[in-house]
Amino acid sequence: MPHDQPSADPISRPDTGAASAPVPVSVPFPFSAIVGQDEMKRALLISAVDPTIGGVLVFGDRGTGKSTAVRALAALLPPMRVVVGCRFHCDPDAEATWCGECRERAALARPDSRLEPVPVVDMPLGATEDRVIGALDLERALSRGEKAFEPGLLARANRGFLYIDEVNLLEDHLVDLLIDVAASGENVVEREGLSIRHPARFVLVGSGNPEEGELRPQLLDRFGLSVEVRTPATIADRIDVVRRRDAFDRDRARFVLTWRQAEDSLRQLVLAGRTRLPSVEVSEATLAQAVRLCMALGTDGLRAELTLLRAARALAAFEGDVEVTDTHVRRIAPSALRHRLRRDPLDEAGSSARVDRAIVELFGP
Amino acid sequence: MSGGAEPVPSPWEEAARAAAIFAVDPEGLGGVALRALAGPARDRWLALVREGLAPDSPMRRIPLGVPDGRLLGGLDLAATLRAGRPVAERGILAEADGGVVLLAMAERLSAAMAGRMAATMDSGEVSAARDGVELRSRARLGVVALDEGIADDERPPEALLERMAFLIDLTRVGPREAAEAAHGAADIAAARALLPTIAADDSVVEALCGTAVALGVASIRAPILALRVARIAAALAGRDAVTDQDAALAARLVFAPRATRMPVPPPPEASEPPLDDGDDTPPPDQVQPQTESLSGDRERPNTDQSDQALEDMVLAAARAAIPPDLLARLGGAVAPSRAGPPGTSGAVKKAAARGRPAGTRPGEPREGSRLNVVETLRAAAPWQRLRHAAIASDGSRRIAVRREDFRVTRHEQRTETTIIFVVDASRSSAVNRLAEAKGAVEMLLADCYVRRDQVAVLAFRGRGAELLLAPTRSLVRAKRQLAGLPGGGGTPLAAGLDAAARLADAVRRRGQTPTIVLLTDGRANIARDGSPGRERAEADALAAGRGLRAAGHATLLIDTAQRPQALAQRFAAEMGARYLPLPYASATTLSTAVRATTEPPPRRAA
Repeated sequence: MPHDQPSADPISRPDTGAASAPVPVSVPFPFSAIVGQDEMKRALLISAVDPTIGGVLVFGDRGTGKSTAVRALAALLPPMRVVVGCRFHCDPDAEATWCGECRERAALARPDSRLEPVPVVDMPLGATEDRVIGALDLERALSRGEKAFEPGLLARANRGFLYIDEVNLLEDHLVDLLIDVAASGENVVEREGLSIRHPARFVLVGSGNPEEGELRPQLLDRFGLSVEVRTPATIADRIDVVRRRDAFDRDRARFVLTWRQAEDSLRQLVLAGRTRLPSVEVSEATLAQAVRLCMALGTDGLRAELTLLRAARALAAFEGDVEVTDTHVRRIAPSALRHRLRRDPLDEAGSSARVDRAIVELFGP
Repeated sequence: MSGGAEPVPSPWEEAARAAAIFAVDPEGLGGVALRALAGPARDRWLALVREGLAPDSPMRRIPLGVPDGRLLGGLDLAATLRAGRPVAERGILAEADGGVVLLAMAERLSAAMAGRMAATMDSGEVSAARDGVELRSRARLGVVALDEGIADDERPPEALLERMAFLIDLTRVGPREAAEAAHGAADIAAARALLPTIAADDSVVEALCGTAVALGVASIRAPILALRVARIAAALAGRDAVTDQDAALAARLVFAPRATRMPVPPPPEASEPPLDDGDDTPPPDQVQPQTESLSGDRERPNTDQSDQALEDMVLAAARAAIPPDLLARLGGAVAPSRAGPPGTSGAVKKAAARGRPAGTRPGEPREGSRLNVVETLRAAAPWQRLRHAAIASDGSRRIAVRREDFRVTRHEQRTETTIIFVVDASRSSAVNRLAEAKGAVEMLLADCYVRRDQVAVLAFRGRGAELLLAPTRSLVRAKRQLAGLPGGGGTPLAAGLDAAARLADAVRRRGQTPTIVLLTDGRANIARDGSPGRERAEADALAAGRGLRAAGHATLLIDTAQRPQALAQRFAAEMGARYLPLPYASATTLSTAVRATTEPPPRRAA
C-alpha cells in the first residue's frame, strides 16, 4: 500500500504487462489533523513508543477515520535502522532477533545498515495464505528450477505494523494463522518442501465495525489495547472534520505543509518517549493499584496486568514523565482492559462502564 | 429551489440532475445506489452518466460473485503458462481506473465484496496479494450499485451506501418520464474544468453539517459528500462559488434519502426521535446516540443570524425532498430500509454455504472440488528441469504438470445455524412473562455467541408479525432489539409462524440450517386475516404450525405461560416441536434444549 517504499520492498513483482499504470505515492492525511478520537490516537502513539504492548483494535462507527488514522501513522513514524539486504529488515543492533540469513551474513562480516521507513503493511481483503505467510518463489521455480522462499506480508511487516481493516471479515484460517504468529513473533513456513522460519514481530492493528459481526475471543485477546470510536458528537467537531477533509482534498500538498509542524512535534514526542521508556519507574504502590484493578475486574491471566503496566509506562514516557502514577494507569486502563473482561458477550457498552466503575471505586472519582 | 418554495422536482428530474453531477466527478462522489429494476428508466439514467463521463473513460460492469482474481487482479494463467514464469493480470477495478463500475444486483452483494469495494473507493487504488502475485494499481473510480431489491430489507450493504453521494430510487419512474437530461455533455465537461476553482464559504459547511444533524444523518461522510455535490452544482451552473441554492440542492440529494427523522420547523429539534419505539430497526449505535446528543447540542462556532438562515433554508429544501412515506416508516410498523445491512448477511451465508476456503490439499478436482491452479503450479515448479529432461527437450518453455501435482482448494464445510427467535409480544404475554421470555432469549444468545450461530428475531403482536432483526452475528443488536420490544395487542400466532416459516425457508435457501425457537403461551386470538376471535385464530395457528412441520424445520416451543398448559403442549406436538415450559427452564436446560433441536431435526412430536 502507499507506505511501502519501493526501495524497502524486498519482493520482486511480476510484470503486469504494458498496460499497468504506475501508482503515484499517495499522500496520507496527516495524523495530527484528525479531529478528536483522542483515545484511538493515544493508543496508536503509545504502541509506536512501545511495540511490545501488543497492538490496537479499533472498533466503532463507520466514517470515523479508523483507517485514516492507521495509514497516517506510517507517515508519522521515525525511520528505523535495518540490515542492508535483509528481507525481514532485521535490526543491526539486536542480534538476538536476527533471521537466519543475517546470522550467516554476520559470520562473514559485520552487516551494513541503513535507515528505512517503518513498514505499515495493509493486509488487502482477499489476500491468500501464500501471500500472507510467504511461499515458494514461483518465478524462480518455474524459470530456473530453484527452490526459493518468497516472503509474504508477515515478513514485510516485521518490526512494523500489520493493519487489517474490516478485521471481522477476515477468513477464519487466516485469523488462526495471525493469532499464532502474533503470539510467537515468528513465522514458520512448512509448505511445498520449504521449511523456513523468520522473525515476524509486528504491531497488529485491526479495525472494524461491530455491526458486521463480533470478533473471536481468541483474536480479541491478542490485541494489547482496544479502543472504541464514535462519530464526533458536537457540531463544531463535525464542521472541523468536513472542513479539514475538504481542504485536504482540494490541495493535499498545501494541507500537509500546514500540518507539518504539528506532525514533526508529535514525531519528536514519540522519539523522546522511546528514549525515556527504559528509565520510567513504576512504584510499588502504583503496581499494587494496577493489580488490584485487574483483580476487581476479574480479568483472566497475567496478560491484563502486564499490558496495563506496559501501556501505562509507555503513556508516561510519551508524556515526558519519569514515573508511572495512578493517573497514567487510570487513563489507559479502559483501553487495556475493556476487551479482557470475562464478559457477557451481549453487553457491549457494559465492559467500558464496568472498567470505569472499577476505576472510580479504586482511585476515587 | 429557494427554500422549498418552488415545487419539488419530479423524481426523474432529480435523478437526471444527480446523473449530471455524478458524471462530473465520479471518484469524488464515491458513487450512486440506483434502486430500479432493469428497464428503460434505468437504462436511460445509465446512458446519461455514460454521455456525461469524460471521453474514453471506462464503464465496466461487475457481475455478482465475480472471483477475487478477476476483481482485484491475480495471476494471468494463460500468459504464465505460455511464458513459463508468473505473469500478473490486472483486475476489473484497475481496468476501470478513471471511470465508473456498475455493480450488478448490488442488493445481494456480500460483505466481503462490499469491503473490497469500500477499500478501493477510500484509497483510489486496488491492491491484491493473492495467487502468488502482488499488485497495486490505480483505481480511481465511481461506483454505481444497481439495486434491484424489492423488499425494504433488500438493499446494498451499508458499508457501500455510506460512501456514495446519491441514493436514487427509480422504481416509480415510468419509461416515458425518463427522457430529459439535466445538462448536456458540454456543460458537464465545462463544469469538470471549472470544479477545482469553485469556492465554498464556511457558512455552507456549517449549514450542511447542521442540516445533516437536524435530519438525523449520523455519518460524517454525508456532509463531506454534500459539500462536494454543492461545489459541482455551482460549477454546472457556471458559478465560481457555492450559493445557497447549490447547498440546498446538495442537501436535498444527499441527505433527504438518508434522513432518519423529520425535523420540526422551527427550531429544527425533533421532540423525540421516533426511532425509540422499537418498531424501527436503525443501526442503533450509529444513529440513536448521536442524534440524541446532537440535537441537544447547539454549541456552534458561529451562530450568526445569516448562517442560521442559510441552514434553515437548506434544511427546508432537504425536508421537502424527504419521501412522503418516510414518516410513516419511521413511526410505523414497516421494517425500514435503514435496518442495518441485510444485504450483507444474506451474502455472507452464501459464501459459507460453499464452505470457507481453508488452504489446499493434493487431490484431483472432482466431486465439485476446485483445482487451485497456483498451488498446482507451485507443486509442479520444482520438477520442471527433471521433467523436461525426461520429455527430451523439444525446446519449448511449456510447463509439465502431472497428476500428482494437482492441488484442490479445501473447504471447511461447517454448516452454520441460524436461530430464529419468534417472540410473542402480545398483551397476554406482556402481562405474564414477556420479561422472562426476553431473559430466556438472552441466555440463549450467550450460547449462540459461543457457537458463532447467527440469530434473527421476529416478534408478533397486534395484527401481525414483524422482523426485528434479519439474520446477523451481531448479538449486541439482537439484544437491543429485544430490550426495546414493547408488549401489547392481540396474539396473531399464525402470522408469527408464517413469518418464521418464510424466514426459515430463506435461511435454508442460503445453505444454512434454521432452527426456530418460539416463545409463546400458545393462546392465539388473531386469525391470519387479522380478525379477532380465538377459535379461528387457533385453527389458523395450528395450520401454520403443521406447515412448519411439513417443511421439516426444527422447532422448539418455549411455553411462557405461568404454568405449563395442555394447549401449548398439544400445539407443540402438532407442529413437531420440542416443548419446554419456561417456569422450569434454567440457562442449562434452555441451552440443552436448543442444541438438541439444532442437531438432528426432530421430525416427530416431542
